[in-house]
Amino acid sequence: MPLLAARDLAVGHGDRVLIRGVDFRLAPGRVLCVLGPNGAGKTTLFRTLLGLIPAASGQVLLGADPIDRLSRRQIAARLAHVPQALANPFAFTARDIVLMGAAARLGAFARPGRPETARAMAAMQDLGIADLATADLALLSGGQRQLVLIARALAQDAAALVMDEPTASLDFANRRQVGQAIRRLADAGHGVILSSHDPDHAAALADEVLLVNRAGVLALGPAPEVMTAANLSRLYGIAIGRTETADGRLHFH
Amino acid sequence: MGRDPMPPLSRRCWVTERSLLPLLLPGLAAAVLLGVALGPYGLPPGRILAILGGDRSDPQAVTVLLNIRMPRVLAAALVGAALAAAGAAYQTVFRNPLVSPDILGVSAGAGFGAVLGILLGLPVMAIQMLGFGTGLATVGLVLALSLALRGTGQVLVMVLCGIAVGALAGAGIALVKLLADPEQQLPAITFWLMGSLAGIKRPDIAALPAVLAGLLPLLALRWRIGLLAMGEDEARAMGIPAGRLRLLVIACATLMTAAAVAMAGVIGWVGLMVPHTARLLTGPRFDRLLPASVLIGAGFMVLVDTAARNIAQIEVPLGILTAVLGAPIFVGLLARGARGWSE
Repeated sequence: MPLLAARDLAVGHGDRVLIRGVDFRLAPGRVLCVLGPNGAGKTTLFRTLLGLIPAASGQVLLGADPIDRLSRRQIAARLAHVPQALANPFAFTARDIVLMGAAARLGAFARPGRPETARAMAAMQDLGIADLATADLALLSGGQRQLVLIARALAQDAAALVMDEPTASLDFANRRQVGQAIRRLADAGHGVILSSHDPDHAAALADEVLLVNRAGVLALGPAPEVMTAANLSRLYGIAIGRTETADGRLHFH
Repeated sequence: MGRDPMPPLSRRCWVTERSLLPLLLPGLAAAVLLGVALGPYGLPPGRILAILGGDRSDPQAVTVLLNIRMPRVLAAALVGAALAAAGAAYQTVFRNPLVSPDILGVSAGAGFGAVLGILLGLPVMAIQMLGFGTGLATVGLVLALSLALRGTGQVLVMVLCGIAVGALAGAGIALVKLLADPEQQLPAITFWLMGSLAGIKRPDIAALPAVLAGLLPLLALRWRIGLLAMGEDEARAMGIPAGRLRLLVIACATLMTAAAVAMAGVIGWVGLMVPHTARLLTGPRFDRLLPASVLIGAGFMVLVDTAARNIAQIEVPLGILTAVLGAPIFVGLLARGARGWSE
């Protein structure tokens, strides 16, 4: 049973459909990367997968259940969102943010107590950011902030993770750190779907790749098979070459 | 990690969760005692305790304490708590630390109803009820308008509708002032618009149930409400029905603000400044911010009202005092560079 699946899904706003014919199954332990140029509708696709906006047509399934039959709380218990790390007007500490992951499992009138705090600290420990617990989020680097949001998704204790451009606007070291964290989460049994516009990064990180642009879904499959020079040239509308290093890494140029 | 030298990342919290009530409650109690004791008829603390203990030997002191001072101090505490809690709630759900409780036009709306009541020569109770009703109706109209217009930036539409409807209510107030009898009614209207608790007697504290009806849901749901500060999509993805919860918070905050304005007139600054001050003590988490705002707001308002009664021959309008005290405190807070909120 896949954690998250799309069946002949079309996404868009109102009458304006951005992507049609999305079909995938996200299994535990797998990383699926949605790759495409800006404006292809990746963010709209992810908001639909999270049940934040209705599908134009087709279905999103969480386990066996169509997402539109589940409450916000039921969705959050199975599917966690790692948003882009944007600035917040208030100076929350990293731990305040990670604790919020407990919302899906706490009663309406409850506040996080000892077990939730322990869970949050464990999630930060897993990602190597326990020493940032009392740090002001606004003072952290982009990569650290992204790790805090990933820790919050872990504290939410959902099997599937949706990450919107988790490495966008990160420098090289931060990008590598976040990439390694994502890989470890998948190895620990999470299913991860993320978006990217960097082919090298997608190839290094993902088990499967879904190529989308304004024309729609181009291809879906294992990264080395789908990410051919021809496919990527079609995807971005410019000539792109591919080389493979001795250790099997793919580079696009 | 470890490639950067670690900058001072931790934000110092002056008040921990555990020390919040033990620190702030005595402060409120001291303010209340001062407010009850001070006045043209002085009541030393010993006498106050004796009367509360059942001593009826001095009927005049009993009357002053039970029928004049205590209702007034209770009303002041109620107004301060209501405005500060509403301010904290609005700032959190609108994700903006510069928002005050009248953002959706509730003060102007309640003010219009109340001055209309004065113009019509209604009794105090009816004036309060009319103000309360028009305050609620104003925000109801703003919400209905913003739902009808419903663009993508819902909060922005809501705030802009609030400005428009608030301006209408302001025009209504100006019209009532123009029509009012300049000898009797106009001074009363002007004084009322600047905020005052001068007319408060025991049966007038009808605002109590309304303030409690607004405050208790906020207190019960305070941790979840705090998640709205992350924005609608993030809150929903964490399992919070954000749209419904935000409406509930707005309804509760409006109820409290309308009740406060209907009882005490338009008192600025408290709803903006007290949550700010509280946030410096507790950090931005709404579950800590709300109780701190309530206690600080109540204590601050009791002190301000005590000053209003005692510093001059005539009563100084509360709105003037809160501005005179509030503006320098506010600028001082900003100058300290203390960060309850980031840029």
